[in-house]
Amino acid sequence: MMIEMETIRKHYNTGKIKVEALKGVDLEIDAGEFVSIVGPSGSGKSTLMNIAGCLDTPSDGKYRLDGESVEKLSMSRLAEIRNRKIGFVFQAFNLLPYASAFENVELPMIFGNVHAKERKKRATELLERVGLGDRLDHKPKELSGGEMQRVAIARALANKPKLILADEPTGNLDSKSGRAIIDLFEELWKSGSTILMITHDSTVATRTNRVVYLKDGLIHSKPREMAADMKALRDRKRLDAMR
Amino acid sequence: MRYIWSNIKLITKLFFRELKSQKLRMSLTMAAIIWGTLSITMLLAFGEGLKNQLAINQKGLGDGIILVWGGQTEKTYKGLPRGRPIRFREDVIPYIQKHIPELEAVSGEFITWGREITYGSNSVNNKINGVSPEYEFMRSLYAEKGGRFFNKLDMEEKRRVVFLGNELRDDLFGKPGTPGYVDPIGEVIEISDIQFTVIGIMQEKMQMGMYSGPDWNTAFIPRTTFGTIFTRRTLSNLVVKPWDIGQSEYIKDRLYDILSSKYQFDPEDSRALSIWDVIENAEVMNKVMIGMQIFFGVIGGLTLLVAGVGVANIMYVAVRERTAEIGVKMAMGAKRGQVMVQFMLEALLIAGIGGAIGLFLSFSIAGILGSIPMESDAIKWLGKPTISVPIALITISVLAMIGLVSGFFPARRAASVNPVESLRYE
Repeated sequence: MMIEMETIRKHYNTGKIKVEALKGVDLEIDAGEFVSIVGPSGSGKSTLMNIAGCLDTPSDGKYRLDGESVEKLSMSRLAEIRNRKIGFVFQAFNLLPYASAFENVELPMIFGNVHAKERKKRATELLERVGLGDRLDHKPKELSGGEMQRVAIARALANKPKLILADEPTGNLDSKSGRAIIDLFEELWKSGSTILMITHDSTVATRTNRVVYLKDGLIHSKPREMAADMKALRDRKRLDAMR
Repeated sequence: MRYIWSNIKLITKLFFRELKSQKLRMSLTMAAIIWGTLSITMLLAFGEGLKNQLAINQKGLGDGIILVWGGQTEKTYKGLPRGRPIRFREDVIPYIQKHIPELEAVSGEFITWGREITYGSNSVNNKINGVSPEYEFMRSLYAEKGGRFFNKLDMEEKRRVVFLGNELRDDLFGKPGTPGYVDPIGEVIEISDIQFTVIGIMQEKMQMGMYSGPDWNTAFIPRTTFGTIFTRRTLSNLVVKPWDIGQSEYIKDRLYDILSSKYQFDPEDSRALSIWDVIENAEVMNKVMIGMQIFFGVIGGLTLLVAGVGVANIMYVAVRERTAEIGVKMAMGAKRGQVMVQFMLEALLIAGIGGAIGLFLSFSIAGILGSIPMESDAIKWLGKPTISVPIALITISVLAMIGLVSGFFPARRAASVNPVESLRYE
């Protein structure tokens, strides 16, 4: 079991108002699954993602990642777990603008104290794997959006993570390069990666092998309701396309 | 450590990006650090030069010596009245040598003023000193090339030989290199109508402390010869030199002890002897100079501190601008320490580059000032600014400290960035 979440709650105290972002989420994801989380904005998707990625800790509940209880670990232990077990892909790519594609991929390995020789070898391999073998020395501003996201994926894979977390990875891309990115994720999944992806794009969500629907801080797994929502999403997409 | 090393490239890159994006602030801060470094090293270097020069000037009077004059008793002692003058005769010299073995040398001198000294048609009235051969090293009376100071034989045979102060030579024989100059060595001059052979000329020296006039205007003759010509029986003063300059206090006590018993005065009678401890003077002077250097150093340090505030300011802006980046790094597993190191090293780099330029300028300035010939009077007394190893080390450690401190607080803020919020920043 890669992810085991038991009645995860998360609330924020913003001044006097107590905001409850997650109201008791139970979620289990097996190793080797490709799961997407869908849901309207404000549903708690990002909060769930942050907790899953050990960037944040739950207010209440239990979370086991790869068999290890993480809800009570220190910041530096969590940093280690993020470094070794998790690869992040963001909507805005979040590459270091002054560093080359190669150096960006090196970064997680630098934090993980990977030896320089090994680091250079792996960074080159990973960039070749995402189809950027000829762009090693390019700065992010010299790359297209799709290429930047490929660099980000290569970076996420740098420390051979058990889990890849992607937050709207196609959100900033045109549909063609978005599709290419999802193709890439699918390829990774086929070669054994576990992927958890937030998306609001139904066509993207339908390509994963499980969809988790989140609303108002709770998982709604009722198939009917979900199917309706998925249909609505598809309809909207179709409308968008017709427009 | 490996983290720092593999990150150096990134950090230098960040530094240059910062240099570009905060051009004005960066150049002002750099200027402040360069100025601060320059002022701290130059102030310390001038202090060092002054200290060295003072030491040289002090040696002009003598190296580690104690001077003793006879005074006048102020207390009655064993039925003897007060107001009794204490006068030394030559027999006191072997007496002191016998009783204080801790002394390397003991000597005394006769002085007479206003004696006519003549060579050819040149004539001056000046001071004549009757001294012993030990004066050569006790009072830094070293001969110019070609001449010598007098020796034991001159002493024993009461030879009529004379060692001239360098300015006295100029008056009698002309300055070396000027027309009409005569090499004085072996020439015969007259002192109070008695003929003396010149055997040496004193090397030019800086003499800061003096009694009874500067050495450069004095004619030195053997004390024994002096006794045969001038009717003088009391020594003007004694000069002693301890083997170990650390013993000067003990030597002074012993001098009081043995002289009070020889001349029958109360050992507690401070007016009976007058002692000038050149060693103690030098030590006091040294302490004053160290105090001055500390003062200079603090002023320079404060200038650097102001520059440090500038560095901290740049780093704070950098932390704010790079919040998202810090969040990404944290997401990738950077620990707080690793985030902090980045900013600390960047601050150190700014301080380091500014400091290196400042140090380079300081060395150049010290080098230029050092190449000005000693002729100028100001340098004779001020000395040459000298950047010693301790000064360089002090400057570098102050710079390092400023860099660390000014990097630490922004770095701590960077490390306290909440990755969840900073990722939302975009």
